[in-house]
Amino acid sequence: MELRKPPPVKRLTGNEGVPLHQPIPDAHGNGDGNGNGHGNGNGPSPGPAFVGLPRQRAAASPIAIDRMQVEELSVAYGGRPAVDSVSLPIRQGEVLALIGPSGCGKTTLLRSLNRLTELTRGASSTGRITLDGTDIASMESTALRRRVTMVFQQPNPFPMSVFDNVAYVLREQASRRPKRAALRGAVQDALARAGLLDEVRDNLDHPALRLSGGQQQRLCIARALAANPEVLLLDEPCSALDPRSTKLIEDLIVKLREDVAVVIVTHNLQQAYRVADYVAFMYLGELVEYASAQRIFGAPRELRTKEYVSGAFG
Amino acid sequence: MTVAQASLSPPASPPVRRADSSASWRLSDRIGLGFAWFLGLLFCAIAAAIVIYFLVEGIKYLRPSLLVTNPTASSSESQTGGFLDPLLGTVIIALMAMAIAIPSGIGIAVWLSEFGRPTALARLTESCIEMLAGTPSVVLALFGTILFEAPALGFLSQTSHGIVLGQSFFAASAMLSLVGLPMVVATVREGLQVIPSHVREASYAVGKTKIATTRRVLLPAARPQLITGSMLGLGRVIGDTAIVLLLLGGTLTFSNANSTPLLGTLRGTGDTLTGYIYYNAPTGDGNQPSKAYAAAFVLMLIVLALNLGVDFTVRRSRAKLWN
Repeated sequence: MELRKPPPVKRLTGNEGVPLHQPIPDAHGNGDGNGNGHGNGNGPSPGPAFVGLPRQRAAASPIAIDRMQVEELSVAYGGRPAVDSVSLPIRQGEVLALIGPSGCGKTTLLRSLNRLTELTRGASSTGRITLDGTDIASMESTALRRRVTMVFQQPNPFPMSVFDNVAYVLREQASRRPKRAALRGAVQDALARAGLLDEVRDNLDHPALRLSGGQQQRLCIARALAANPEVLLLDEPCSALDPRSTKLIEDLIVKLREDVAVVIVTHNLQQAYRVADYVAFMYLGELVEYASAQRIFGAPRELRTKEYVSGAFG
Repeated sequence: MTVAQASLSPPASPPVRRADSSASWRLSDRIGLGFAWFLGLLFCAIAAAIVIYFLVEGIKYLRPSLLVTNPTASSSESQTGGFLDPLLGTVIIALMAMAIAIPSGIGIAVWLSEFGRPTALARLTESCIEMLAGTPSVVLALFGTILFEAPALGFLSQTSHGIVLGQSFFAASAMLSLVGLPMVVATVREGLQVIPSHVREASYAVGKTKIATTRRVLLPAARPQLITGSMLGLGRVIGDTAIVLLLLGGTLTFSNANSTPLLGTLRGTGDTLTGYIYYNAPTGDGNQPSKAYAAAFVLMLIVLALNLGVDFTVRRSRAKLWN
């Protein structure tokens, strides 16, 4: 339980960590035999029981393109620090999961990536985030947010039809143009990418709020994909959903990482294990450890990571 | 899975008397509940009495001819004509007042709910709107008489011998819009505030501006409240008498300012159903109760129709939005 102060997190270039293709030899080392997995307070605790269970992907994505780079990012709300000097890369072809206990700054970090933190009164930040080499602070926020879109914890379709929810994103600001017919293809494409098209094909004009919770959340993903973003941010997208909808969305996340860099905040460690290629563990605003999912769950370097993933605190 | 299922199914237990049945309440609570029931039924009875009374009286006196003839001066009640002009006056006043109140009310509500900076100004605006909602309309009317007698506003009413009359449809509907405005502001604002902040963020998060979000997401979502607020405001506008008497002239028939077709009427004086009822009530100058009852019946039909219309539209627009 005792948390020792870790050395300052050094800047990660993204080239270190463990290559995805090779399983870590002792990934299951701590978990074997006694699957109870909970530390008794002293010393290193055994790894989580779910390590070794099947993950969502067959193999790692063959490509990994650097999309965003977070450099020494610190965010504070009214002088109270929420994120403290975090650096990490965000790559297309990989799913990055941000994990950590409540209030550790993972959602703030996520919201910094498309500058949604700016909407919070009293928020201030230092450090640099780049998207394809451009500092996002120098971009127009509306342009940035079309390239880095977001899905929220609560499914929040707009109170309009399924079609219009997606078409709204494709149209210029408050414009009603282009008209329906011109957008049909793009709307259906976005719905198909989110795996929703087959279920709503005949009901595109129905109110979106009539869909089930899981369908609503996939509609929100379709909406986020319609802008054709480079990065997709997911803030605990399954926490309000049933297990079946969760499974659908997790499968979707793994499929989407080919075309778009995916960053997911989750409270659910098993989910992070199932969907993530890389995991960033945050604690009290600090990035404690950033490494491949196999390493974080199998052989974390930091004691705090090990304790968190094995359920000793959080 | 099996554990979850087991914990979800309720345990079998013998039927028990529900703990929240009022039979188990304390005596004072039961008396309170009885009193609440009594009051509820009493007000239903009062409302029914008003409706039935005017239904009976109104049907007794209402003739189709009353709706198409104008009031004329005569000592015999059968010769005094109908209330076509007051009826049209009510329609004109309602349209004009709401044409001002609805857009400005939406604007104020959006600003208060979505922008509201500087905070001090927003608070001040809020207090002003609340004050306006509580101001008796006769006070507004009195203020209107001073305002519209200003020479600069002479183009809104008639001028004779260099003196601005200050009584016209323009003057009355401008002041009446202030009667309807607070209702629109309050309900639209409430409608905007019940929309969770993550819905706004979802729109910002796909690159939409605040304006686009308000226009395409927030206002459509608040449409049921807008309809309710507009109709409540409209109800107050067509029910008002003080402003009509002081600023519209209460002249029973239209008295056009000049011969220009519409503008002449709007710059001239006139009356509404409420003014007509006031004049013809048993205690009024005209004292023709049968006409007053008939007009009151028509006014009440309008209000009832509005209420039903609101119920229907709100329900339909909710259904369109949510299910």
